Amino acid sequence: MHELLSPDKGGKRLLLGNEAIIRGALEANVGFVAAYPGTPSSEIIDGFARLGDEAGVEVEYSVNEKVSMESACAAAISGVRSLCSMKHVGLNVAADAFMTLAYVGVKAGMVIVTADDPSLHSSQNEQDNRFYAKMAHVPMLEPATPQQAKEMVLAAYEISEKFRIPCLLRTTTRVNHCRGVVELGDLPSGSVQGEFQRDPFNLVVVPMVGRKLRLQLLEKEKGLREVSESSPFNRLEGSGPWGIVTSGVSALYVRDAVRELGIEDKVTVLTLGMTYPMPERLMGRFLQSVDRVFVVEELEPYLEEAVRNTAQKLGLGLPISGKGPDGIPEAFELDSLKVKKALGRFFDVPVETPTPLSAPQDLPPRPPNLCPGCPHRATYYSVKKIFGEEAVYPTDIGCYTLGLLPPLQMADFLICMGSSVSTAGGFSRVLDRPVVAFIGDSTFFHSGMTGLVNAVTHNRNILLVILDNGTTAMTGHQPHPGVSITAAGRVEPRVDVEQVVRGCGVQRVTVVNPLNVKKTQAALEKIREEMKEGGVSVLISRSPCPLFERRMLGTKQRVVFQVTDACDLCRDCLSQLGCPAFVWERDAGGECVRINETLCNGCAVCAQLCDAVKPKKL
Amino acid sequence: MTTQKRMDAGLRIFFTGVGGQGTLLATRMVGEAALIQGLNVTMSEIHGMAQRGGVVESSIVVGDIASPIIADGQADVMLAFEPLEAIRALGKCHAGTTAVVNTVPIVPFTVAAGQGQYPDVQDVLEDLQESLAKVVALDAVTLAREAGNVRAANMVVVGAFAGLQVLPVERSAWEESVRRLLPPKLHDVNERAFALGFDAGRAVA
Repeated sequence: MHELLSPDKGGKRLLLGNEAIIRGALEANVGFVAAYPGTPSSEIIDGFARLGDEAGVEVEYSVNEKVSMESACAAAISGVRSLCSMKHVGLNVAADAFMTLAYVGVKAGMVIVTADDPSLHSSQNEQDNRFYAKMAHVPMLEPATPQQAKEMVLAAYEISEKFRIPCLLRTTTRVNHCRGVVELGDLPSGSVQGEFQRDPFNLVVVPMVGRKLRLQLLEKEKGLREVSESSPFNRLEGSGPWGIVTSGVSALYVRDAVRELGIEDKVTVLTLGMTYPMPERLMGRFLQSVDRVFVVEELEPYLEEAVRNTAQKLGLGLPISGKGPDGIPEAFELDSLKVKKALGRFFDVPVETPTPLSAPQDLPPRPPNLCPGCPHRATYYSVKKIFGEEAVYPTDIGCYTLGLLPPLQMADFLICMGSSVSTAGGFSRVLDRPVVAFIGDSTFFHSGMTGLVNAVTHNRNILLVILDNGTTAMTGHQPHPGVSITAAGRVEPRVDVEQVVRGCGVQRVTVVNPLNVKKTQAALEKIREEMKEGGVSVLISRSPCPLFERRMLGTKQRVVFQVTDACDLCRDCLSQLGCPAFVWERDAGGECVRINETLCNGCAVCAQLCDAVKPKKL
Repeated sequence: MTTQKRMDAGLRIFFTGVGGQGTLLATRMVGEAALIQGLNVTMSEIHGMAQRGGVVESSIVVGDIASPIIADGQADVMLAFEPLEAIRALGKCHAGTTAVVNTVPIVPFTVAAGQGQYPDVQDVLEDLQESLAKVVALDAVTLAREAGNVRAANMVVVGAFAGLQVLPVERSAWEESVRRLLPPKLHDVNERAFALGFDAGRAVA
């Protein structure tokens, strides 16, 4: 039995925030879960994928976040509780569905998890998704700990079902990837059969329906405000004259900072767990009971604006502060020390801080890197050989984005999932340079196909290289429509990348194995010539992610490579290929290049570039 | 006595290593052992981009501390699975910090590509010893090999930390934690690696 299905009611487990969310949804009898993976939310869908069959939950790795939301809302509108989860930028992709789903609403509860990533640990931006709740008039809960995440999922289903509207669960990395003690509750038994009642004048959003639903949405919000006023997640602690307002993980930093400053009896803390709609009356009572207020939150001044708004409505002139150069920074995540310093300054309390030591400045960096044997490195190497410095290289989101680092440096532009191919089209019209775009297979399905159709329609002169490693590697090897390796062995893909590309109208399609350097470069030479005629070319560079292949098929490595005495120390292997299995050493005997055999993956790319590299059987 | 004093205020343990070393598993091992012992424990990890051969950092706070992450200068204990990462994380430490450091380097590819030099390990250790209250430096790879698998070096470091008895967790809870988190076929080798580390830690406790 999967550990998250334990019937041990009252038992305590050390769970990741994402696991606590799964458990909460299971305790709420969720029947349908859909998601596209994205850090820091991926473990939610991965966990469900592992236990779905056992738990009787329908689990779908959707092709993108918008599809996941639409898929999950169909279940909820049919009376089956559903969940979809995504990283913060995923909600941008799903925003079209989200904004109007708020109008149409649901029948059974639906929870949408949006996992924000302050400090951009694994993201392209650190947008604050709390504003989505406000923009859509959708209720929102913000947990601080795994235990609270589980409780809030249960509460979110109740709220969603009662008001027939999806509920947003807004987490941050430090909730998703925090592991804390969670007390297990009851698991219900028996799944719910979906039932659909035809009701087009409420479910088909044409303008006349939308107008009516818009008014209903505003009406629902009145009821939701009352929920917020009495929510156990919105609470006042203390009775001192100094007010603090906080939510989510920031509440934990506040708790430690207040204790360390020794100001427990001087403060009143308003901790908000339901942050949309705001509990205005509760906030008003709080504002009337304190003589100044400091707001502690990560990212944008979302709570702060609500506090100022409420104070203005009540005609209160007390000092209110939060974001600012002497206060809480807008950029990056907080910690208890930042909060302690800011509280100390605002309330004029002396702050004792630890004296941190400082690390030497000149340490060599250790950035993440493409793995040894990664086929993306081989593709980049060959494309660079043929297209060189002249070409512009728009790229996309995945492991292969790491190609921006030296020595490959094969990434010139990136804004979001799918932007490689669409921006390539734009670049090609205004620049007199070759444009070669890179996109991974999973990202191609996620949002690359539309850009490709656009490029074909407008006859853009681009080469799109689809880096097809057969999996969604970056987020942990999730499946996608084109996978051909599964736990059951090699299978025919449900949706074949090459057929999709041809179906999009691309005439010049080439498939290569990038680990064969000579053939790949010959194909690229030919493409470079063909591109002179204009139009779209696609190169599918296909070789499975070696980590994934080994995990799924259990294939054993047969060979490693060694640098022999024939090495003339040209160091091209280091300066051009940059495989991390290569080591450069200098000692009394001089310098040498060698291959770390425990890292070498046996891909043989280096041996095709240098005669001094020879295989050794394992 | 020191332990008791620290636990009253809570204990912050910072972990740092290189992707692939089992830093997160070691973190879970410490967290699970503390939970088995009945301590209040919270852990924080970073997944995703942080892997792929890059630096992996995680943290555990035990006792009456709510914040899951460790700010600069707040780590009471540092477990470093690689010496360069130990010195890089010095900013998380203060003069009273206890550190357990695996002395076997993993040279970053940036050095191979000529961007910077790997510092002398002996200098790194001396630096750490001068700056911190206590440093337990050990060749976890050799000890892990002795235990039967070099990949169990992370368990050696955890064992050394356990042996120091900074965290009030009994030996049985540590062993239960190993059994909970690893499949049965890996119990023996990891228990041996843990024991070798434990003895090394206890010798200097």
